[in-house]
Amino acid sequence: MALDTVAIATTTPDQEQPFAALGLKPDEYQRIREILGRRPSSSELAMYSVMWSEHCSYKSSKVHLKQFGDKAPHSDALLVGIGENAGVVDVGQGYAVTFKIESHNHPSFVEPYQGAATGVGGIVRDILTMGARPIAVMDPLRFGPADAPDTRRVLPGIVAGIGGYGNCLGLPNIGGEIIFDETYAGNPLVNALCVGVMRHDQIKLAKASGAGNLVVLFGAQTGGDGIGGVSVLASETFGSTGPAKRPSVQVGDPFTEKVLIECSLEIFAEDLVVGIQDLGGAGLSCATSELASGGSGGMRVELDTVPLRDPSLSPEEILMSESQERMCAIVEPSKIARFLEICKKWDVTVNVIGEVTDGDRLIITWHGETIVDVPPRTVAHEGPVYNRPLAKPEYVDRVNAQVLDLPMPSTAAEVKAAVLKLISSPNMADKSWVTSQYDKYVQGNTIQSQPEDSGMIRIDESTHLGVAISTDANATWSYLNPYEGAKLALAEAARNIATAGAKPLAVTNCLNFGSPEDPGVMWQFAETVRGLADGCLEMGLPVTGGNVSFYNQTGDVAILPTPVIGVLGVIQDVRERTPMSFTDAGLDLYLIGDTKNDLAGSEWAYMHNQRGGQSPIADLQAEMRLIELLLEGQSIFAAAHDLSQGGLAVTLAEMVLHHDVGATITLTQEIAVALLSETPGRVVVAISPSDAEALATLASNHNVSVTQLGTTGGSSLTINDAVIPLDELRIAHTQTIPKLFG
Amino acid sequence: MAKIVVEVMLKPEILDPQGKAVAAALPRLGFTFAKSVRQGKRFEIEVDSDPTPAQLAEVSRAAETLLANPVIETFIVKVEK
Repeated sequence: MALDTVAIATTTPDQEQPFAALGLKPDEYQRIREILGRRPSSSELAMYSVMWSEHCSYKSSKVHLKQFGDKAPHSDALLVGIGENAGVVDVGQGYAVTFKIESHNHPSFVEPYQGAATGVGGIVRDILTMGARPIAVMDPLRFGPADAPDTRRVLPGIVAGIGGYGNCLGLPNIGGEIIFDETYAGNPLVNALCVGVMRHDQIKLAKASGAGNLVVLFGAQTGGDGIGGVSVLASETFGSTGPAKRPSVQVGDPFTEKVLIECSLEIFAEDLVVGIQDLGGAGLSCATSELASGGSGGMRVELDTVPLRDPSLSPEEILMSESQERMCAIVEPSKIARFLEICKKWDVTVNVIGEVTDGDRLIITWHGETIVDVPPRTVAHEGPVYNRPLAKPEYVDRVNAQVLDLPMPSTAAEVKAAVLKLISSPNMADKSWVTSQYDKYVQGNTIQSQPEDSGMIRIDESTHLGVAISTDANATWSYLNPYEGAKLALAEAARNIATAGAKPLAVTNCLNFGSPEDPGVMWQFAETVRGLADGCLEMGLPVTGGNVSFYNQTGDVAILPTPVIGVLGVIQDVRERTPMSFTDAGLDLYLIGDTKNDLAGSEWAYMHNQRGGQSPIADLQAEMRLIELLLEGQSIFAAAHDLSQGGLAVTLAEMVLHHDVGATITLTQEIAVALLSETPGRVVVAISPSDAEALATLASNHNVSVTQLGTTGGSSLTINDAVIPLDELRIAHTQTIPKLFG
Repeated sequence: MAKIVVEVMLKPEILDPQGKAVAAALPRLGFTFAKSVRQGKRFEIEVDSDPTPAQLAEVSRAAETLLANPVIETFIVKVEK
């Protein structure tokens, strides 16, 4: 193909261009022509098409996401907010922590191993880009029915990919979720979270300022991987027969990434960069335009100096390539020699590919000919914005009006059978078959990981300062009521931090939805964002960043609205943390919080194929009082475990199985409701009998109700007159997943 | 007896970290001939008699299903005496 230059574009205005095949709408193409005052060159068209894709431009979500800024609570902890590669939070003692969650759903469906692996690699580079050392990862996953053939195809590959990449990097995987639901068949959700730590003065930003500074590309060579992945793959609905287009996928190399991390951290430590950006979706198109746009705007890049793995790549392909393990830095000329020296030490390929200029244009040349000449803001930040139509879907009122008809166990035999059935269901069953494929303890600072309520990492080995993170979503509640569902997921994630004794500080989110072109899906999305923004404002927790994944649907069927909410908290001394379970007999067990008849959206209802009714209404004031109580009473709790999916039955089963210490429980409420209801805002705690009065005082000070449940000890879980031997409970809980996937 | 061989290679545009590692190790050991290295895998399948075109087509289907990952790999099927 002949080279298309800016000069040629100027003289051939009528040449037809394949904008539709690149995912651009006719009016978007027209706008590019207006911005440039001519037709775009093919390289410019390539850049605009990937950067204006849904994945990169947030064109459908932007108008809603701005609520996170408008309703942001005042927070002294927030050092860097939304808009950068990841938000940064002050955790005290001069430390700053950065964390973010992103989706890699579509690539993981096409090629499970590499899709999930490069999802980990991408989020780790986002964290590294902020100047932080990545210290842990987490992966909330969602699949179709556990026994569906496609789940058997994608789940083992995705789990192996996460483990393969994360373990090679030497990053502990400290948690996440695995949920099965038929709407995720053909649309598995692979969300990847990473957390990193740095000192306050080490924060780096994505900006290219200072004319004469050099643009440096370092890391892996550029190949033909995943060209146009974001525009074609992540922004298009799969047909019912599978992906409509199948661009080549990216293959990651974790050993290259590990070296890139160490190399970058050494470069940061010597303060050799003005700005930095990783290359992820949209590759060089994204990195150059965002860096230029974040600075004064002028940049000149000689694209033919980019080191290639495949020398036959055209300039358009180089601009769109999503080859992994690459970074782009802005370096002052006086520091370049040292920069190159460090790259050489780490055996990292590095090339100066351009420089920052005085003007406000991003100019890219290919063997001396200008192929791109654009205002970078129009590529990176001023893309199209859609206020898409939204309409409450008809299903909402219909399913909300449904009355649940569920078996309600009452006799001892029924209670025992219900508990065993519940904890052996794929969603509630023990997931260690999955998590044991991940390295949870590498680096030696993991305090807790799955199956605890949250993951916890020590960040200072002398002061024992630590951070805890939990990710949560209850998609069925979001389906019934997306506004409340978002608030409830936020509350659950915050509660899961507080049970361990960590104080919630900040929020990230990964919003997984169907097609934004469906007004019903758009309504779900709008309600979710409104709920999350209101919830964060009420709880005083700033949103530090996040990710939106649209087009998760097969044909007309969208996934359940799935806002995965991550909350990060700080704990002053990780040695004081409260574990999820007890090791001693003779402790008293208490339920904190009230139990109402909240079976709608529960696991018990799901197991009986019922998805109707009303979701609970989030009471965030009560949640905040509960969190206060948990933090203040930390010293008296021998164990604390959150109640969520599966209700009290699952919480108790998980507690007694963890250390093989049983419990005897007496329930006075209707037993089916007491065990199976999923009323939010509840926690089971274990305390020494001598602390009963202290707990009562805490409860009354925080206006939270407390009910004694029973005592720990023995070799069974006994609930009223139902006796479930721990061995039987363990077999039920642990056999399901290995049987399906082992 | 005949031998059907299936050779599987990563597609040319796909990154091959193993081949890259081999290419990097060669000069360290004094072998300077290689410009690049790509690594694949080879299956040797013994069958009773010279395979018919229909049998080879069946092997191709098996290769597509099990031996290779057609999303990122290509393969060839051949007969060796």
